[in-house]
Amino acid sequence: MSEKTYVADIDRSRYDFRFDEDESSFLGSGLDSEIVNAISQEKGDPEWMRQLRLHSLEIYNKTKMVEWGPSIDELDVDRIITYIRQKSRMNTDWNDVPDDIKQTFENLGIPQAERESLAGVGAQYDSELVYHNVRKEVAQSGVVYTDLESAMHDERYAEMIRTHFMKLVPPTDHKFAALHGAVWSGGSFVYVPKGVRLEIPLQSYFRLNAKGAGQFEHTLIILEEDSYLHFIEGCSAPKYYEAGLHAGCVELFVGKNATLRYSTIENWSKNMYNLNTKRALVEQGGKIEWVSGSFGSHVSYLYPMSILNGEGARAEFTGITFAGEGQNLDTGAKMVHNAPNTSSFMNTKSISKSGGISTFRSAVVVKENAHGSKSSVSCESLMLDSISRSDTVPAMDIRTKYADVGHEAKIGRISDESVFYLMSRGMSEQDAKAMIVRGFADNVSKELPLEYAMEMNNLIGLEMHGSIG
Amino acid sequence: MSHLLTITDLCVNAQDKAVLHGVDLAVEQGSTNVLMGPNGAGKSTLGLTVMGSPEYTVTGGKIIFDGQDITNESAYERAKRGIFLSFQNPVEIPGITLSEFLRNSLEQISGKHMKLWDFKKKLKEAMDTLNMDPSYADRDLNVGFSGGEKKKSEILQLLILQPKLAILDETDSGLDVDAVKTVSQGISEYKERTGGTLLIITHNTKILDALTVDTTHILADGKIAARGGSELAYDVIENGFDRYIGRE
Repeated sequence: MSEKTYVADIDRSRYDFRFDEDESSFLGSGLDSEIVNAISQEKGDPEWMRQLRLHSLEIYNKTKMVEWGPSIDELDVDRIITYIRQKSRMNTDWNDVPDDIKQTFENLGIPQAERESLAGVGAQYDSELVYHNVRKEVAQSGVVYTDLESAMHDERYAEMIRTHFMKLVPPTDHKFAALHGAVWSGGSFVYVPKGVRLEIPLQSYFRLNAKGAGQFEHTLIILEEDSYLHFIEGCSAPKYYEAGLHAGCVELFVGKNATLRYSTIENWSKNMYNLNTKRALVEQGGKIEWVSGSFGSHVSYLYPMSILNGEGARAEFTGITFAGEGQNLDTGAKMVHNAPNTSSFMNTKSISKSGGISTFRSAVVVKENAHGSKSSVSCESLMLDSISRSDTVPAMDIRTKYADVGHEAKIGRISDESVFYLMSRGMSEQDAKAMIVRGFADNVSKELPLEYAMEMNNLIGLEMHGSIG
Repeated sequence: MSHLLTITDLCVNAQDKAVLHGVDLAVEQGSTNVLMGPNGAGKSTLGLTVMGSPEYTVTGGKIIFDGQDITNESAYERAKRGIFLSFQNPVEIPGITLSEFLRNSLEQISGKHMKLWDFKKKLKEAMDTLNMDPSYADRDLNVGFSGGEKKKSEILQLLILQPKLAILDETDSGLDVDAVKTVSQGISEYKERTGGTLLIITHNTKILDALTVDTTHILADGKIAARGGSELAYDVIENGFDRYIGRE
């Protein structure tokens, strides 16, 4: 009676669909100033943006490949086609979206999601935003939600973008930030004016479709004083056979006493390299709340960073990572306390299965001036078998005596006793394990909007079952 | 007289150590049975083996339930056939509420979808029978439950799942007098409603007060050492096991 059940790998057919792309829309692979200029011209960039791209390219060529963390040796950036111009232009009416693209979104449930009272949907299909719509009431409140390219050409926002774009994540930050600066394309711009509290969340889906395509979308969100926004970013990509790359960038500016909640579920196909950079700057009394679920990709490097820059600023990070066969997911968060009486709270769960590796990497920096600050880090890992791996790499740099910093880590295995207990109540071994994992993830799924929580539960079920029938 | 459960010459190892050496046990449909024996005799092993615990390896013999050989079936298949074990130490499952767990379990065992409303009503009734605070339904399964609450939660599951055979492994241990009474009432309620079959592992008679015992089985050193009616159970509790297990 001691047989072991092999839990098969996920059937990703629900997510891994793809339509043939028209080869003529590729601008070519590899990276030099010619292609960067071509992208810039194609986009009709203002001159400062063209310069920023070229400057980033220089940095990119000078910067060494990342040498810590999971191996990215198999990633040949030059071979990744950096930019694909979508056949269609911006659409604000669903009826105008081309059929094959519509089908892809249809499969992802975007129009339904919108119908279900989401405030606006910005969906990135390859490199261009093809569908974009913000509900009237949102627009009337003075909230701007549009694609970054359009906003850059709108005189009302042009200066705002110039003064914020890649100021939090400069191209010098790391090699992939530089790459992003050179070739970024698509993404969202959100501006919430002073005192506006948007009760309905704004939602955006990102997808990759073309074979070998990289995706370099940029998200720029600016919240003025006393405002509130919940932004939901969802990602999933179809499977293709060359290594795919995602090097997006998220820059969040949270004004005085403003609160931004930023939720993400990343579910890239399992040959993707997800090298995403996310950062928030929080002013006095403001708050950033990150909710982050990392499921897909072959390799991930993802550590959203919060810079608490004003007195009493707060940051919360709630995250879950699920690493299955062939996955090495290196995730975590960084908190920088740069003002007095700031507080940060990190609570993460990671699950590894079938040889998957999940590493939780955290960094807490408390600067000299950040007296009276508090930080708490808690991470729990669950390994579903003996071939999987889970690591915790906490780092702390505390420069003041007057800070309260705590760290707690727990690593465990799924207990045979628990599985048997659930099986004795009629659940198959896989159902029992899925239920235990769902329970383990519960305090994260509680933080997600309902439909995302359901999607996450489905993903856990799929990961545990290997087949959706 | 048909037997719901027939165990023949059952030999069981726990981590290469033989614990049961040829147990023969027959349980009649609809009967109430008591299984007694000194500590370490193998009572819990027997209960867990009938439930299909992977911790134990059957090295010989057979378990027949409802006419089917279930010796090699997994626990969930046995649960679906109608076997239930009330655990001595129920595990805690964080993040899953008692209500969510039990509804899932009921749907798995019955193979039928149950409307949330109907389930809640059923659950509420069963909780009332056991004097359970309704807020327990929304608490994580057994997490932070006291010993007594865990045992009540097991009997609650018994009332909801209504199995054909309920094996109760020291469900009365660690309970105060009132709680034993409540649990005992819960068990007799199960019995009355479903005409189910009971195999009760215990050291006490209190839990038997609300029940009519048909057969008592004495297990010692991994074998059935004696068998008798209800009087045997009361005799053992008064006078000990010595005269039945050849350890004069």
